[in-house]
Amino acid sequence: MAMTGILRPGHVQLKVLDMEESLKHYCEDMGLLETDRDDQGRVYLKCWDEQDKFSVVLEPSDRSGMDHMAFKVATEQDLLRFESNVKNFGIETTRVAAGELNGCGERVRFTAPAGHTFELYAEKEQVGNGISTTNPAPWRRDLKGMEVIRFDHCLLYGDNFDENVKFFKEALEFQLTEQIVDGDLQIAAFLTCSTKAHDIAFIRSEESGKLHHASFLLGSWEEVLKAADIISMEDIPHEAGPTRHGLTRGKTIYFFDPSGNRNEVFAEDSYVYPDSPVLTWHADNVGQAIFYHSRQLVDSFMGVTS
Amino acid sequence: MFQITIDDTDEQYACSETKHVLAGMQQLGKKGIPVGCRSGGCGVCKVRVLEGEYASKKMSRDHVTAEEEAEGVVLACRIFPQSDIRLSVIGKLNKAVNR
Repeated sequence: MAMTGILRPGHVQLKVLDMEESLKHYCEDMGLLETDRDDQGRVYLKCWDEQDKFSVVLEPSDRSGMDHMAFKVATEQDLLRFESNVKNFGIETTRVAAGELNGCGERVRFTAPAGHTFELYAEKEQVGNGISTTNPAPWRRDLKGMEVIRFDHCLLYGDNFDENVKFFKEALEFQLTEQIVDGDLQIAAFLTCSTKAHDIAFIRSEESGKLHHASFLLGSWEEVLKAADIISMEDIPHEAGPTRHGLTRGKTIYFFDPSGNRNEVFAEDSYVYPDSPVLTWHADNVGQAIFYHSRQLVDSFMGVTS
Repeated sequence: MFQITIDDTDEQYACSETKHVLAGMQQLGKKGIPVGCRSGGCGVCKVRVLEGEYASKKMSRDHVTAEEEAEGVVLACRIFPQSDIRLSVIGKLNKAVNR
C-alpha cells in the first residue's frame, strides 16, 4: 500500500446561520447529497464520488466559521500513533466517542498551534458513491448544480504560524508542497498528506483559528465555468474567478455560502510525490501566485475570513 | 426604492426593500462600506444605522452582539431598507498580506 498514515481530509464541520438556506446552497446549487441528520440539528452531506457517509457537517449556530476539520487515518494503529505524536509535540488531545457524529468512529481531537480544532479518526461508515463496483458507470445521472466530486481541502488563517507548520510536518507527517515567502518569512504553506497539491493550507495571520475557505473538486475547466453560471443564476455572493491560481495551478472560482463561509470549486491542479521539490513564490509575485492572470490581489480575498 | 446615505462620505444610492444595503451599493458601483462575504459571516460591512427603518436577517454573533444589534449596529449585508437610511461605517478590511 503506497498511502499510509493520514489518508485525506475526511470532513469539515461548518457553522451555519440558517439551515434551510445552507442546504439549498450546498445541495441544490453545489450538488452535495444529504445523508443524515442528528438530534443536535446537524445535517450530514457528502459529495457524490465519495465512498464514506459524509464529508461536510452543517451545524446550526449563531455564528459562522469552521467548528473542526477531520482527517481519516488508515488504521486504528495509525490513530494511536498520531495521538502519541500530537502529545509528544506538547499538544493535549481528547477522545470523542464513536457515534458522536453519526456513522463515525472514535475521534482524537486537538487544537493545532494556529488555533483550529482538528480531529483524526480511522473508521467511518461507507455508503458508496452510488455507482456499482462491478462494471462501474463513469458518473451518476441524478446530480444537481455544480456536481462537486469531493471535499478536497481547507485553507485556514492563523497565528503561531511557524509552530503550526512545524506541527503539521513533524507530528502529522504532512509534506510541504508549495509556499509563499517574504525574505526569510514564510507567509503561506501548502501541505499534503497524499499526492495532492494540498490537503490543507495555512496563511500567516494575527488572528487565531479562522477559516478562509472549504474547497471542492470539479472535473474540468468547463465545469468551473458552469459553476460560475450557477453562481450568477442563483445570486450567490461571488468573489473571484473563474481564473487560475499560480499556486497549485488550479483553475478556480470563489464564492460564499449563506453564512459567509467561503467556498472554492476548482479543477485540474498539480500533484506531488514524496520526492517532489518544494515550489516557492516570492512576496513580490504574490499577486501572480494567487491570481495568475490578473496578477492583482483582491482585498476581500486576502482580508475576509469566517 | 429608498435612499441610502453613507454619513462618512456623503455617498448616496438607491436601494429597494428586496436588496440588502450592501448589494444596493455594490450593484451601482458605489463605494464606502467594505464588501466581504455578503452573507452575515465576516463582519467587514459593520455599520451603525443613524436614521431609518429596516428588516434584518441573522448575523454572526462573532461580529455583532445582541446588544449592538438592538442599538442599530448591524452588518449592511443583512439589513433590507424599509425607509430612507443614514448610516456610518464601522467595519474595515484587514490588510492584504500579513508581513
